[in-house]
Amino acid sequence: MTEFDSPNPASIVSVTDQVRPIAIGAPVTAAYFLGDQAVFVGAEENVFVVDGEGTSSAVRVHDGGILCSATDGKRIVMGGDDGKLVAFGGGSEVGLLATDAKRRWIDNVALHPDGAVAWSAGKTAFVRSEKGEEKSLDVPSTVGGLAFAPKGLRLAVAHYNGVTLWFPNMAAKPEFLPWTGSHLAVTFSPDNKFLVTAMHEPALHGWRLADNRHMRMTGYPGRVRSISWSAGGKALATSGADAVILWPFASKDGPMGKEPAMLAPLKARVTSVACHPDQAIFATGYEDGTVLMVRMTDGAEILVRRNGGAAVAALAWNAKGTLLAFAAEDGEAGLLPL
Amino acid sequence: MSELTSQKIPVTVLTGYLGAGKTTLLNRILSENHGKKYAVIVNEFGEIGIDNDLIIGADEEVFEMNNGCVCCTVRGDLVRILDGLMKRKGKFDAIIVETTGLADPAPVAQTFFVDEDVQKNARLDAVVTVADAKWLSDRLKDAPEAKNQIAFADVIVLNKTDLVSSPELAEVEARIRAINPYAKLHRTERCKVALSDVLERGAFDLDRILEIEPDFLEAGDDHHHHDHDHHHHDHDHDHDHDHGHGLKHYHDEDMQSLSLRTDKPLDPTKFMPWLQNLVASEGQKILRSKGILSFSDDDERYVFQGVHMMLEGDHQRPWKDGEPRQSRLVFIGRELPEQTIREGFERCIVA
Repeated sequence: MTEFDSPNPASIVSVTDQVRPIAIGAPVTAAYFLGDQAVFVGAEENVFVVDGEGTSSAVRVHDGGILCSATDGKRIVMGGDDGKLVAFGGGSEVGLLATDAKRRWIDNVALHPDGAVAWSAGKTAFVRSEKGEEKSLDVPSTVGGLAFAPKGLRLAVAHYNGVTLWFPNMAAKPEFLPWTGSHLAVTFSPDNKFLVTAMHEPALHGWRLADNRHMRMTGYPGRVRSISWSAGGKALATSGADAVILWPFASKDGPMGKEPAMLAPLKARVTSVACHPDQAIFATGYEDGTVLMVRMTDGAEILVRRNGGAAVAALAWNAKGTLLAFAAEDGEAGLLPL
Repeated sequence: MSELTSQKIPVTVLTGYLGAGKTTLLNRILSENHGKKYAVIVNEFGEIGIDNDLIIGADEEVFEMNNGCVCCTVRGDLVRILDGLMKRKGKFDAIIVETTGLADPAPVAQTFFVDEDVQKNARLDAVVTVADAKWLSDRLKDAPEAKNQIAFADVIVLNKTDLVSSPELAEVEARIRAINPYAKLHRTERCKVALSDVLERGAFDLDRILEIEPDFLEAGDDHHHHDHDHHHHDHDHDHDHDHGHGLKHYHDEDMQSLSLRTDKPLDPTKFMPWLQNLVASEGQKILRSKGILSFSDDDERYVFQGVHMMLEGDHQRPWKDGEPRQSRLVFIGRELPEQTIREGFERCIVA
């Protein structure tokens, strides 16, 4: 493997010696914090809880592949190819939230801060309110992604050729935002003004919700698999290129007619991004195993993990922004206290 | 192929018109004691009589890519399912994708060309088409899907041969060969075929794909298998023409195949643009293309395969000592512009 390849390697600040290494011992697909406890989601069967010494212990959550996960900071909800939707709140207890009647794969999950949960199996999206009331909506094709709006009980359901916006508690017909192609991950901007999808093709698509104006965000060499809103929602950081692509969302027009910023370029594809919860900083991971922390204002980089390992699969900050967790596809992980 | 390629999970696409016997074959694959574990993507649950948590129902959801290529359709459900299955890598050895009887195989095959994640993890091993010996001839007349399935096949399982007489069998085989003379054909009853003949063919050595079946050659068909210098050859002669070997020859009205070969090296700076232009302009007509290429000043074999407008190709391995450095290509499609293709190819040969 080659040495860390930065335009100016001598000048980069490294905090690699402050990282507490964690060996998960299984492929990892996501990372979260429940309080200050890091939890890594395995590709199948288990989540891995890390204690203060950096030792990880497995908790079995699914009988098979874990296809999707989400957190509200208090619990992690996961869907699996066993047709089950489960919740893990730390400790050793795993709660079964739902079992698909036809044992279909649970492909997507989303959590609302008030406790509501949404999931999908095939073409059907389900919502269960915090009171336990369950509703479902069928869309024209398989659900690619789910997201709750930051205000009110409103669910965005991404599918082929657009996004359906559904108010589960209202009788009105769901609104449909059309755009040709297959829409996968979907996200609302924190100010509730924009909706953005990551498409099957290497592009994002956005709508300004006030007038449903389209925003095309293209030019990626690869599919965008990781997106993260910056603190306050002023920018959307994305993977999919050999640099982190940062789309400006501070003005009322969002990124319309503007160029994105390209930060932390390396000779490797960005696989994961996670913005700090309240500062203008993001963490980014690459397919060559590198992890960096980057300041959005000037692009200054701090090296967290050297290249040479498996692709970075997951990054997470705790709510206070004092801990950064990362994990590579092969289960090599780490915790950085700041 | 490279080490990376060999780590990719082989995917067999199982097609066949309604009632041909796909489910019979699938049940055999799943119940036979072969020591392998298959993940199976089926279009209808319940038909499979075996309990297996690696049987996944699919919806055959096809979508058009937004890339300006009119025939770039992809099975989105397959992308999603393969992505999910990759989380259980190590739990199975290979994947079988069953399509519905009425499905066009193109979107399934194209999924393996356009999706970067699918490409990274899986490779299309072979398209296996199960055909009903009794009814295929009729279906080829009235069902374009049946014809596409034959045209796409790398392996054809000609099933229910016990239900037809030998002249009927010869008739249906001739119909198949008129469309696709390159597929490996197995005659079966109740889909009794050695599983090694349909599964994990390892792209079945492209060499063999490009060889016309020996019995077909014996019948003297040099329309499909013909050398460039054969210009005096009369193309009209093989409409329902009996060559005296007991094998009939048809010329399918709208589906043809075309093979090209040369012992002289190809100029990569001419060939690659030519091939790309050809599939870009005629890709709607070209269902499948494949080839082994010998380029000038290149000691490695280059192999490619394509579906409609999509192509993928790579250096495969060094040419062996004493191995003839021959380039061979085949195209299967509708209304193929044969003359244009032949002339274009000639211009890519290093003089």
